[in-house]
Order: sequence, then structure tokens, then C-alpha cells
Amino acid sequence: MILTIAHETVYRYDLPMRGVVQTHRLTPAKCESQSALSWDVTVTANEGARVVPGGGFRDGAGDWVQGCTIIGPATEVVVSVTGQVETRDMAGVLRGHRERIPPEAYLRPTPATVSDVAIHELAQTARAGLDAPLEHAHALARAVQAAVVYTAGVTEAHTTAAETLALGEGVCQDHAHVLIAAARCLDMPARYVSGYLQASEEGSPHEASHAWVEIWVQGLGWVGFDASNGVCTDDRYVRLGSGRDAREAAPIRGIARGPGSEHLDVTVAVELVQQ
Amino acid sequence: MGVVVRGGAWRFATPRKSVTDSEGSRGDAVVKRADFFNEMFEQGAVRWPYKGLQGWMGEMPDEFRSLKQAEAEELFRRIGITFAVYGEGGDPERLMPFDMFPRVFAQDEWRRLERGVIQRAKALNAFLADVYARGEIVRAGLVPRDLVYRNEAYEAAVVGFTPPRGVFSHIVGVDLVRTGPDEFFVLEDNCRTPSGVSYMLENREIMMRLFPGLFRENRIAPVDGYSEELRRTLASVAPRKCERDPKIVILTPGAYNSAYYEHSFLANLMGVELVEGQDLFVEGEFVWMRTTEGPRRVDVIYRRIDDAFIDPLCFRPDSMLGVPGLMDVYRSGGVTLASAPGAGVADDKAIYCFVPDMVRFYLGEEPILQNVPTWQCARADDLKYVLENLGELVVKEVHGSGGYGMLVGPKSTREQVENFRKRIEENPGNYIAQPTLALSTCPTFVGEGVAPRHVDLRPYCLVGDRVTLVPGGLTRVAMTEGSLVVNSSQGGGVKDTWVLSE
Repeated sequence: MILTIAHETVYRYDLPMRGVVQTHRLTPAKCESQSALSWDVTVTANEGARVVPGGGFRDGAGDWVQGCTIIGPATEVVVSVTGQVETRDMAGVLRGHRERIPPEAYLRPTPATVSDVAIHELAQTARAGLDAPLEHAHALARAVQAAVVYTAGVTEAHTTAAETLALGEGVCQDHAHVLIAAARCLDMPARYVSGYLQASEEGSPHEASHAWVEIWVQGLGWVGFDASNGVCTDDRYVRLGSGRDAREAAPIRGIARGPGSEHLDVTVAVELVQQ
Repeated sequence: MGVVVRGGAWRFATPRKSVTDSEGSRGDAVVKRADFFNEMFEQGAVRWPYKGLQGWMGEMPDEFRSLKQAEAEELFRRIGITFAVYGEGGDPERLMPFDMFPRVFAQDEWRRLERGVIQRAKALNAFLADVYARGEIVRAGLVPRDLVYRNEAYEAAVVGFTPPRGVFSHIVGVDLVRTGPDEFFVLEDNCRTPSGVSYMLENREIMMRLFPGLFRENRIAPVDGYSEELRRTLASVAPRKCERDPKIVILTPGAYNSAYYEHSFLANLMGVELVEGQDLFVEGEFVWMRTTEGPRRVDVIYRRIDDAFIDPLCFRPDSMLGVPGLMDVYRSGGVTLASAPGAGVADDKAIYCFVPDMVRFYLGEEPILQNVPTWQCARADDLKYVLENLGELVVKEVHGSGGYGMLVGPKSTREQVENFRKRIEENPGNYIAQPTLALSTCPTFVGEGVAPRHVDLRPYCLVGDRVTLVPGGLTRVAMTEGSLVVNSSQGGGVKDTWVLSE
């Protein structure tokens, strides 16, 4: 498939900020399931503010990380991503992706992905009677999908995996956090992946700006599971960056210095150009 | 016999009358020694490094001594060196007792220690460079994968990055105890930001002021080259993008930190700025310092802030102490952080057991300094031994610190030992055990005159384009008779540490 992506993030500040520091994970990594045909990230700011590109590097997880600073007075910062990516359906298996972080490093929980008794029980119940690690991973993803109904607006950015499961509702970020916590209960390394999803016509729950989970399956490596949609990742998915939770994997992390409060607008369009 | 405890607080120990009858081969060297090694007197005779102090000690009248002691305290108070070492807590304004009787090493004794410490510092750095790259030592099966990669101090954010000259830990503090003329044991390594070096420098300074004659009569190797060597070491690890004389700063958490005195002291000696997080900012590919003459680029940051707090964008978002965006600049070669984030995985308690293996694996040498024999309860044989000798051993949680979750066998009641036995049996992998150690003693001024008191040692090894060790270190002394507690919160004090040139 060839997908065209247009992703715009607009930060507005009600009072001028002295400066903004951002870390971008906005470049699709090259692997067998995807390859960028064209890709462009542009940062602009209001008149009077200055955008200074920072250092860039490929991190241990294989993601391109780009620093960016904006010298104020900043009232508006716009991060625009446009590009075209050719994708292949690899049945979720991440192959040909250069990375150095050992899978075991993903077994350590973060505040958002600490498991509780309920998550342990969910994981143990899902695994019962199954032998192969891949079956365990599939069973976990199904169990999380069944336990957490897709509902927008009930959870927040800081909602934890345990809170989500107790609530029984959430969005893709929450599904991912619960699945990561559950996988770790079975000693399976798991990580959060942020990226894009091409909208399907059937009307199943989805967001163009999406998140899912990769679980380390012995013998296969990292395999993508989208618990929100009950599938393994395929050629409709474009992978941007990963981390142990949503915060670590965020396409844009930023801190603004100044008295103002921030208003955020994100628009993402993913279009199918060629089947 | 004594008990030595590693952990967040330096260590403490208690006297014990009976000599243990344990049969553990690894413990023999330390456990079966009935007497403590006295560094000055051996079988009634004065050991030669202390010859120069014999007369000095004998000739000093009591009144003169109290006068000098009062003068020393006044000096310490005036310069304001009152911090607690190693995050022990307690009153940060408390004065550390200073004992005027120096601890002395002969040149040949020191040479061996020096080679041992340098060897260890090299091996620890090789280990860090390895586990953040290909992990050969893990692949070779010498260090268990989980111990490294699931370790809390293992920092995934720096995997794949090689800091300048491959150095992760630029200042390695190695805590040593002595149990005999040629027997030294490493209690623990400190690869992050070991503190206490200001005591090493100040103790010498004050001794030279109090007793200038001693420094004329004895050939004592100077330690005041430390600050210049530290500056040189930091300059030698300038980042890839720095093409000029590197600008160095010390980053402190602030005046409320217990080691703030040391931070400002070292900045002053090196002639570099002491900054807090709010004095620095990231712009573009570099880190800048706010000054009255506008921003100045910073190339090397000797940071005395923990990993978790140095960059709220990368690590703890609630940190007010760090610099947002610092890690991006670091990883893209715009600034050097000393020590490197993630260096803590090398001084972890569980990793400690493998340092001798690191020396053999990376350097192809036999370790010069020994570890304290450690039984790992995860191993069946070790577990059996530990359970059979629980009353004689110190047992610690692998990931515990600050003396929590620990059993000091000889100091515990039968009931406490039995309770701990159950905990070990439930989760053996969580515990390690070590024998009691007979710490050496050094003459120390006490109320009645001079008496032996137990000591240990922390030398500071610098690692940059070369690996160096200033001839000296911080000697800590248990001021109470019979006590093996050198910890300052337990009444421990400090001494000047001499290395004789000839």
C-alpha cells in the first residue's frame, strides 16, 4: 500500500512563552513493513519567535529523535508532518528494524504501566491452557479488547493501566497500557508504539493518530498487536516511535517556559493512494 | 570481629567477642583472623610507615593536643565544611569529627592499591561501554542478562550511544577495607557521583596548617593536584561537536543538597562555574549558560544530580532540578555529562559480585583487589551455606539500600535470625550474604591519649584520556572504642591519609 499522511499539531499559548523545547519522534523507521517515499517535518512559529533545530540521532530503539527549540515570545507553534509511505503486511512482525535495546529492558514498568491484581488475573486467565508464547500474546490482546470497551473521553493522558481496567473503558492509549502491563505479568517484554492508522470503511473503532503494542515473542521478535481493533498490525499501520509507555513513545514531547497555558490541536489525515 | 555493611549509608559494624568457627573457604581470609590488624604496631614494633609519627605522638603534651584539636575544629567551622557524606541524612550542618592522627601508607603499599583501583575503574568502564552496546559479557554468559537489562539503573535512553573516549564513569570511588598487611577488600564501587573528596583535600590542608613540621620531616605525596587533574579529565572528554577549549561547569541540585559544600568547593578549585538547572538551557544543538554577558555555550557538565532528575523531557517530568532537552543534546554529541547517565548499573549490589570477572574478561588480567566474599542465595550451594551460618553473616537484599531489609547476624537476636531465615527461604534470589570483616585499626586521638580505632578508605580514581589516582583518599574512622561503625551518623570521623613518597 502507499499511504499519504498529513499530520499537523498546533500549540497555542494564551500568554507569550519565553521558550519551548521539544523532542520529536516523527520519522517512520525503515523496516520491512514500511519505507518512506517522501517525508517532511516542518516547525513554524508566530512572528517574533524563532525556531532553532536541535541535534538529531537514532536512539537505541531504532527511532529517529530530533530536538527542536523555539525562542519566544511564542504564542503559536505548528509542527507539520507530510509524507508518503509504502507499507507491506507482515502480519505484525517487525523485521529488518535496526535497534539495540535488549527486550528485557522492556520488562520494567513505568508509572502508567504498573500492573495490579486485576491485570495479573486477566493475564493468567487469558494464558490458561495455551502453550506457545505467540498464542499467549494473541490471547492477551483479545482479553484486553474484551475488558476495555472503546470509549472516547472517559480517560485522560495520565490514566494508568490499572485505572483503565477498573473503569472498563478507554481509548487506544489505554488499551495499549493495559496490554503492556498484562504482557509483563507473563514476563513478556512489551512496548508502546505510536503511529498512524489508515481508516477502514467498516466503521470499527480507530483513530488516524494511533497507538498499539509490540510484544516480544520468543523466536519471532517484536510483533504488533492493536487491542483497540483486535488485530495484528498490517499494511494500514505506519510506525513512528516506541517506548515503555505513551509518554516515552510520544511523537512530540515538549516543555514550554512561561506563564501561559497551552491549547493543543491535532489533525491527522491518512489517505490510501495505492492499494 | 566486625560486621561490614554495604548500602546507601556507608557502613557500620559492631564488635563481637567470639571468633566464628565457619568453614566457608571464601570466608577464611577474613573470618578466622582473631585479632585486628593494627596499621601502626605489629607485634609490639612500629611498622615503618608510621616511624615518623612515633616521636610526634609521644612528645605531644595533652594541653597542646587539645589546643590543636580546638584549632582544627575552628578551621573546619570557619570554612563551613559540614556536610554529611553519602546521603546518610542527619544534620547537614553537623561538623564531622576530625582526628589529627594521620593514616599512613608506604609507597609500595600504595602502588599496589593504586594499580588495583585503576584496574577496577577501567573494568567498570569497559563493562558500561559493553552493556550499552553489544553486551558481549552477557552473551558470553558471565553476567546474567536479567541482572543487567532489568536493573533499575540500566538506562535504555543511552543504549547505542558511546560517550567521548568511551568513558561512562569519570570519577570512580572505590570503598576499601584492610584486614591485614597485604589484604584489602573492596566493599563497593561508586560509579555515579562519589562524594567526600573535599574532605580528602581539606583534611590535608588543615593538617599542614596545624603541624607544618610534620610535612617537613616526612615526605608526603601531595593530594592538591586533584582539582587540576579533575579539570583536565573533564576537558579530555569534550563532546564531538566541541572544537575549542571546552567550557566546564558543575551542575548542583542546589544549596539544600547535603554535598553542596563539596560542589562549590570543587568549582572554586577548578575555576569553573557552579550552576543549577535553571542557569542552563538548551537552544538548538547545544546547552547554554545564562551569564550577565549573555549566553555562553557549555561543553562538559560535571553533574551532581541523579539520572532521574537531569532532564524532565526525557526522565522524570516533575523534576525542577534538570535542564529540559539536555539528553537530546547529549546524545547528538553537543555536550558531555559526567558521569554518563546509566553509569549506575555498574555499581549495583548484584553486579558487584561480577567485577572480578569483568577484570578478567575485558582486561585479561587477574584482579589485584579482592571483593568481599559474597554468597548468592540464588545458588543452591550458597543458600545452604548461608542458612547454616546465618548467625555469623550479614545478609542483604539484592536491591535494598540504606540498610533496609538486612540481617546483621552477630548483632541479631535468635528470633530475628529465625524470622529472616523464613524470608530467605521464601525468595532466595532476593538475598546475598557476606562474612563479618575484621577492619584494620589506626592510632587515633581519644580522651585518654592515643588508641587504635577502626578505619576504611575511599580513593577517587579519575577516568578520561588517561586513568589516574591521586595518592590519598578519604579515611573514615570509628571514634568509639571497639566500634566498627565508621559511618558519620554513627559517630564516625575522618583522618588525613598519607602516602609516603619514599
